[in-house]
Amino acid sequence: MCSVCGCGTATIETTRKAGTPDHGHHHGHGHDHTHDHDHDHDHAHSHDHDHVHTPHGALDYGAGAAGAHAPGLTQERMVSIERDILSKNDGYARENRARLADRHVLALNFVSSPGSGKTTLLVRAIEDLKDKFDIAVIEGDQQTSNDAARIRATGAPAIQINTGKGCHLDAHMVGHALDDLPRQEGGLLFIENVGNLVCPAAFDLGEAHKVVVLSVTEGEDKPAKYPDMFAAADLMLLNKSDLLPHLDFDVGACLAAALRVNPRLQTLVVSARSGEGLAAFYAWIEARANGAKAP
Amino acid sequence: MHEMALTESIVDILQEEARRRAFSRVTLVRLEIGALGHVDPRALAFCFDAVSRGTIADGAALDIVSVPGQGWCFDCEKATPLEERFGACAHCGGRRVQMTSGDEMRVKEMEVE
Ligand SMILES: Nc1nc2c(ncn2[C@@H]2O[C@H](COP(=O)(O)OP(=O)(O)O)[C@@H](O)[C@H]2O)c(=O)[nH]1
Ligand SMILES: [Mg+2]
Ligand SMILES: [Zn+2]
Ligand SMILES: [Zn+2]
Ligand SMILES: [Zn+2]
Repeated sequence: MCSVCGCGTATIETTRKAGTPDHGHHHGHGHDHTHDHDHDHDHAHSHDHDHVHTPHGALDYGAGAAGAHAPGLTQERMVSIERDILSKNDGYARENRARLADRHVLALNFVSSPGSGKTTLLVRAIEDLKDKFDIAVIEGDQQTSNDAARIRATGAPAIQINTGKGCHLDAHMVGHALDDLPRQEGGLLFIENVGNLVCPAAFDLGEAHKVVVLSVTEGEDKPAKYPDMFAAADLMLLNKSDLLPHLDFDVGACLAAALRVNPRLQTLVVSARSGEGLAAFYAWIEARANGAKAP
Repeated sequence: MHEMALTESIVDILQEEARRRAFSRVTLVRLEIGALGHVDPRALAFCFDAVSRGTIADGAALDIVSVPGQGWCFDCEKATPLEERFGACAHCGGRRVQMTSGDEMRVKEMEVE
């Protein structure tokens, strides 16, 4: 699909016809702050690092092999890189964010464990908001395009990204999905991330906000167990509140645990089934969206 | 968790640097990985072997330097070691601690020919 970046294992279900031009996005390379000084090791590599191996038990996988190559024949040198491993993703995310800002689209990245009700919430929100906003959806799953089909049944355009073994969406996949969606002018882009409370926290997609969805069937200590996701989110939806009478889930303890890792987190108790709390969720969206649909 | 994707990013970075700086082979890659992040160094090393095959980093040694967790306690107004991401201050037990290091994921340097 993409020779510049070697799109990896993800496949994007595309509606583009063969022969139409590819790639609306430029591939940004995060060349930002690399240093050009090489520090000289004019001796064969001798492993006298200038960093400290930590008491945490640093894992030095290099020791054997590094000592093994023959000195003298080739010019070896140490090159300082100092680049964040996610710098490429962050470059793509910056591009996506600029593109979305340009089109006045509010993008929300929905993250949760599998089954918390993301797709159900999105379907309901689209039904309730589609007269007000242009809405498009990017669906991430390891396999199947079931969720995109559920979204399309509402009339909203949806692109399914199958990540295969990949456990998260990255900004590069989202850039390609943006190429394939109809161009929006204003409105909302909902991104449903792969069900996983760990690594989607680390991958910026270019969204305006991460929305973490937790359901009351999961246990109130999830925020303590997966703090990174709750720290990265701006809004938490505690879903399936219609089930509360049947459970002994402590809503107060759950919200307190979430606020402990992220004091700025906004929280709403909702039910995609009964509709409880959704008006507040829509008000939250409307306060941040620009460019409502022309009447 | 996502060591495969991280490893692909690492190899991408190495290839980009190779183009920019005109070297032909990477013999050692040194990473800094924070102890409070979610990266499993063993999984990373395993993936690196597979992903680097056939690239300029084929056969390169991987040196993973673990960076310990550290935070700043607003109550004590001093640095504290951190055992977990949102852990308490080791001096006063307080929770008003801002992590200052421990979630690094950085390609620090490499040895090239
Ligand atoms: N009782 C109840 N069930 C819900 C609610 N929201 C979603 N579900 C159910 O939870 C299951 C998983 O929902 P889905 O939207 O596919 O979750 P996703 O994996 O996060 O996209 C489905 O059986 C939904 O019908 C809710 O508010 N209340
Ligand atoms: Mg879903
Ligand atoms: Zn691409
Ligand atoms: Zn992942
Ligand atoms: Zn303290």
